[in-house]
Amino acid sequence: MDILTWTYLLVGLSFALYIGIAIWTRAGSTKEFYVAGGGVSPLANGMATAADWMSAASFISMAGLISFSGYDGSVYLMGWTGGYVLLALLLAPYLRKFGKFTVPDFVGDRYYSNKARVVAVIAALFISFTYVAGQMRGVGIVFSRYLEVPIEWGVVIGMCIVFFYAVLGGMKGITYTQVAQYCVLIFAYMVPAIFISMQLTGNPVPQLGLGGNLEEGIPLLEKLDGVLSDLGFAEYTSGRKGMADMLMITLALMVGTAGLPHVIVRFFTVPKVKDARLSAGYALVFIAILYTTAPAVAAFGIYNAIQSTSEKNISELPTWVQTWQKTNLIQIEDKNGDQKVQYLADPISNELKIDKDIMVLASPEIAELPNWVVGLVAAGAMAAALSTAAGLLLVISTSVSRDLVKNFNPGISEKKELRIARLAAAGAVILAGYFGVNPPGFVAEVVAFAFGLAAASFFPVIILGIFSTKINKEGAITGMIAGLVFTILYISYFKFLHPELNTSEHWLWGISPEGIGSIGMLLNFACCYFVSLFTPAPPQSVQELIQEIRIPKGAGNAHDH
Amino acid sequence: MNDSGPHRSAYWRKNLRTLASLLLIWFIVSFGCGILFADTLNQFKLGGYPLGFWFAQQGSIYAFIVLIFVYVIRMNKLDKEFDVNED
Repeated sequence: MDILTWTYLLVGLSFALYIGIAIWTRAGSTKEFYVAGGGVSPLANGMATAADWMSAASFISMAGLISFSGYDGSVYLMGWTGGYVLLALLLAPYLRKFGKFTVPDFVGDRYYSNKARVVAVIAALFISFTYVAGQMRGVGIVFSRYLEVPIEWGVVIGMCIVFFYAVLGGMKGITYTQVAQYCVLIFAYMVPAIFISMQLTGNPVPQLGLGGNLEEGIPLLEKLDGVLSDLGFAEYTSGRKGMADMLMITLALMVGTAGLPHVIVRFFTVPKVKDARLSAGYALVFIAILYTTAPAVAAFGIYNAIQSTSEKNISELPTWVQTWQKTNLIQIEDKNGDQKVQYLADPISNELKIDKDIMVLASPEIAELPNWVVGLVAAGAMAAALSTAAGLLLVISTSVSRDLVKNFNPGISEKKELRIARLAAAGAVILAGYFGVNPPGFVAEVVAFAFGLAAASFFPVIILGIFSTKINKEGAITGMIAGLVFTILYISYFKFLHPELNTSEHWLWGISPEGIGSIGMLLNFACCYFVSLFTPAPPQSVQELIQEIRIPKGAGNAHDH
Repeated sequence: MNDSGPHRSAYWRKNLRTLASLLLIWFIVSFGCGILFADTLNQFKLGGYPLGFWFAQQGSIYAFIVLIFVYVIRMNKLDKEFDVNED
């Protein structure tokens, strides 16, 4: 069978599986809709969290980002995994003990204020929307590349699938679909990685292959350093970014991860406090399988790409280069007319442009794997995009139905609340689809936004809400607003208003917009602390609430107001 | 069951001490070995990996996993010791 048939078959089969699971596990109550009834096992929740977390960007683009940035790409690897340590140690167990359904729930109750709750809802909606627009775009791109339909159609098909199982199944449906999606995406990522590792280094474990020797007996990384410096690039294993910037980006990504509402909410779904801790551990294991493989895929990819093109005759390039040239992900321009490809750091004489997504998307063809593997990678990329989109849509619908409607109309019936939640999910799917079809020009930039905002808004107030009894509502509201405003202004200034100034000499202390969330976070912490010093302490009932969430005993199920 | 204030604060203090030591390691493996001292560590090799590069792209992630599981085990023990566990 040819590639297209295999792709249709495998993507179709995986969709049928997700829909089947959604029908089988559909939600009947608000509790099932919001937190899957609170009865998900830690292992299943860990797997679902991993799928929820790993987006189209992790699956398709991260390895390629590392390919072209080498050591500097480590910020993503450490940043997007180290956050789970913070989550497991500082947030998940206490939020589980608190036992409500959403992050704004916690902020509103702990800071005894509806204003704080509304600020939290706005932050949650903003973060989730910026994130979900990118996911729908990812779905569209995968569809158009592999199934040869227009991007718009891809987005619409993806919308229908997500609509079906997120709206019908709620958190319960999403959780079990995500378990299936994790299995699909990790299998799809590992198969080509293992084969390429075998071909290059003779070691089937990519994590070992990256540190292994090439056939000629030289370590792969050493050879890669040499090849890249010969072409005028920086060495693969040494850094180019400033150290302060490396530190701040890593910190912002870690803290942002721990503050993302769609990740936090997953820990409300397990039965006990100790399950929340364990579940964060499982989640990180499942995530680490991909995140420790990605740097290997990155190095193998750039090595293979250079070896098979640099100084080669244009007419004798391998077939995968020709295939992907059609999609413009690989562009060759014979500038000096010598019929050969020169891949050079100098943009004027460089003749080869490689899109970062190639490293994963073309990996089965580079390794000369059978056609079904290509279909598998397509299904894996879809799984990664859909699972993240669904988790985000749930946060959006819960924020609307629970944190806004239910909170201000406490009298509405459960049936009505559930209907509003479904309507909100439907509305969110349509809006996300719209952004997927008509992407704002800055899809790539909004990622910095989502993490920076999560770091600068939620993380400090949740941590202080648990670990301090002194921080009051005035402090928390000021802190969240200060962190948000500062971060939004800084990122907008360099990304949208003055992109031409976006270089290290113009940045505050050499910190790029990607890393500024760390400073926003510190500002938030400082405001919380100083404002609380000069305003009345939280009431006795809140002091008791804090004492209560600090011990696991008596967690019970996630409950309503 | 002992549910007095001092009993709870003793539990909380022990919890904070566990957190502090685990977060210190968290900081050392990632920000320390992976970034601040990466260049120095790169003089040493782990197989074909320069050591600082290994910490940044592999080692810190393995350490994170170990940290969470150590935390899980320690806290389960602490919960039982202070009789604040859920079973």
